[in-house]
Amino acid sequence: MAVMTLVEAVRNALDWEMERDESVIVLGEDVGLHGGVFRATDGLQKKYGPLRVIDTPLAELSIAGLAIGAAMNGMRPVAEIQFADYIHPAFDQIVNEAAKIRYRSNGTFGCPIVVRAPFGAGVHGGLYHSQSVEALFYHVPGLKIAIPSTPADARGMLLSAIRDPDPVLFFEHKRMYRRLKGEVPEGEYTVPLGKAEVKRPGTDLSLITYGSGVYLGLEAAERLEREDGVSVEVLDLRTLAPLDQEAIAATVRKTSKVLVFHEDNKTGGIGAEVAARIAEELFAYLDGPVMRLGAADSHIPYAASLEEAILPNTETVVQALRRLAAY
Amino acid sequence: MTTEGTALIRAQHQPEHERLGLSADQVLRMYRTMVLARRLDERQWILNRQGKQAFVISCQGHEASGVGSASALQPGLDLMCPYYRSLPAVLVFGSTARDVLLEGLSRAEGPWTGGRQMPAHFGDVRYHILTSGSPVATQIVHAAGAALAAKIRGDGAVAIAYFGEGATSKGDFHEGLNFAAIHRLPAIFFCENNGYAISTPLGKQMAVPNVADRGPAYGMPGVVVDGNDLLAVYRVTRQAAERARRGEGPTLIEAKVYRLTPHSSDDDDRRYRAPSEVEEARKAEPLIRMRRYLEEQSLLDERQEAAIQESVAAEIEAALAYAEQAPLPAPTEARRHVFQEAA
Repeated sequence: MAVMTLVEAVRNALDWEMERDESVIVLGEDVGLHGGVFRATDGLQKKYGPLRVIDTPLAELSIAGLAIGAAMNGMRPVAEIQFADYIHPAFDQIVNEAAKIRYRSNGTFGCPIVVRAPFGAGVHGGLYHSQSVEALFYHVPGLKIAIPSTPADARGMLLSAIRDPDPVLFFEHKRMYRRLKGEVPEGEYTVPLGKAEVKRPGTDLSLITYGSGVYLGLEAAERLEREDGVSVEVLDLRTLAPLDQEAIAATVRKTSKVLVFHEDNKTGGIGAEVAARIAEELFAYLDGPVMRLGAADSHIPYAASLEEAILPNTETVVQALRRLAAY
Repeated sequence: MTTEGTALIRAQHQPEHERLGLSADQVLRMYRTMVLARRLDERQWILNRQGKQAFVISCQGHEASGVGSASALQPGLDLMCPYYRSLPAVLVFGSTARDVLLEGLSRAEGPWTGGRQMPAHFGDVRYHILTSGSPVATQIVHAAGAALAAKIRGDGAVAIAYFGEGATSKGDFHEGLNFAAIHRLPAIFFCENNGYAISTPLGKQMAVPNVADRGPAYGMPGVVVDGNDLLAVYRVTRQAAERARRGEGPTLIEAKVYRLTPHSSDDDDRRYRAPSEVEEARKAEPLIRMRRYLEEQSLLDERQEAAIQESVAAEIEAALAYAEQAPLPAPTEARRHVFQEAA
């Protein structure tokens, strides 16, 4: 075991897999010489050379499109979009090409690409360095979406993503890149995609979340335990697509009260889908409404006073959990 | 006269195909592929009118540019990113009349999509033809990516992207060419400029006369070629492939062609161009042009022409008979292959 930050775990996974598999290449803006604006690819170009760690022009459409073309010709590209906010020019390539390549070719072609992107707010990034974009892609068949919340998950899930035969969007919360350190198993260690994990067991309420929501959720759960004597189970989805329905069902059956929580804004978000599935399939187990908490349906402003007014925080999570506990 | 002088005179009068190192057999085979593409295309329009094929998008007028360019490459080694008018090119790489009609009739056995996509969405893993969708120009970037992979591996392959002039208005064209030029990738960007993007004429698509004019701005040669001239297309594409294999980078080729049909079976081209314009273009169309060349070279007479037409017709009828009896995909297939299936 080694202690790493989340961004170090990402870099470590890329290094491990590039060493292991010659077909793995990394491409994106500033990923080579500079090592990435968050240093997620630091040292990789020096080690693997400019043919395998490629500084691309400032053009996101082609970062995705090049990865797709290389993948159809035998490579395992890991493309970095510098900020998730800038993934939108690549939407056509990801949604109309990568997601559909296996289906439209009747299973004869695959598109084993990973598109990594730092996402999320809380770093005074304003409208264009703060977005959560997972829900925009969540609706699209053929895409997997992974969001690790711990360094160990980041390393293990990224290895699974690179080895996955289908396109994976891998979103890393930039606020968590260096805020926490954690023990990370070294060597051959993978965390399967599609598996959620209980990050804190509990008996009275379920908090289903992912990404930065895991940390706010754990803080809120501790406060509820301390202040209210209420036991909250925190389920980290880890992979949004495919969703781990068994893990969701297990926690719902256990507590019968559910809050689905994410940093992304509420309307049309992942929480809506999770809540709907629980309502459809697990209604008989519920002792209260499935509740949702997310950011306000707004954009993310720059000034701290404005940003804080938009985003959920420990206090808003605690309040939501208390409303739920009252049922 | 010296022996050298005689050789010089003979070289000056040497037929173009011989100058390109093509045998009579090779050039006749290329002509036959053009005929096959045309007759297959025509047959699909009939199937459409019979209510058997819901949609046709045509390659008529693109036969010399498709066959000439693909014939200058190495099937089995090189990669093709086709677009919906690439029927002549994919036939050169290995696709067959049966493949075309199985897909045209959306049969389960169709090797490209198995009935999942509209006709003319080429892509055959066996022949290094990358799967194609309907969005225009996306495949230009894929060709750059495939060429990048070839360069990393050093396998000597060249990737060619086919597209129309309308596609050059999209960002994919700019981003794909820019990247390929920066990294001197073994790629060929082959534009079939037929003058119309559905109804939109060239003058509303770009303010320069030639797509190829943009090549030098990206740091690559831009070559204009008469797309009705099979051998001219072959020559410039082979030069581009040689340049790519030497590690000197990509080439932008613009073949000037004319679309002899409406955009698709759902289009009425009388709304935007005069029938007289189409009739005029028919006089210079690639099949007539190539037939004339072969006759001038005494490589083809009426009897041989009739034999080619007959064998092509027989090939198509046999393929159609097979495709018509082949089953449609079962409804249980509809949800398969969204992701890779467990082994």
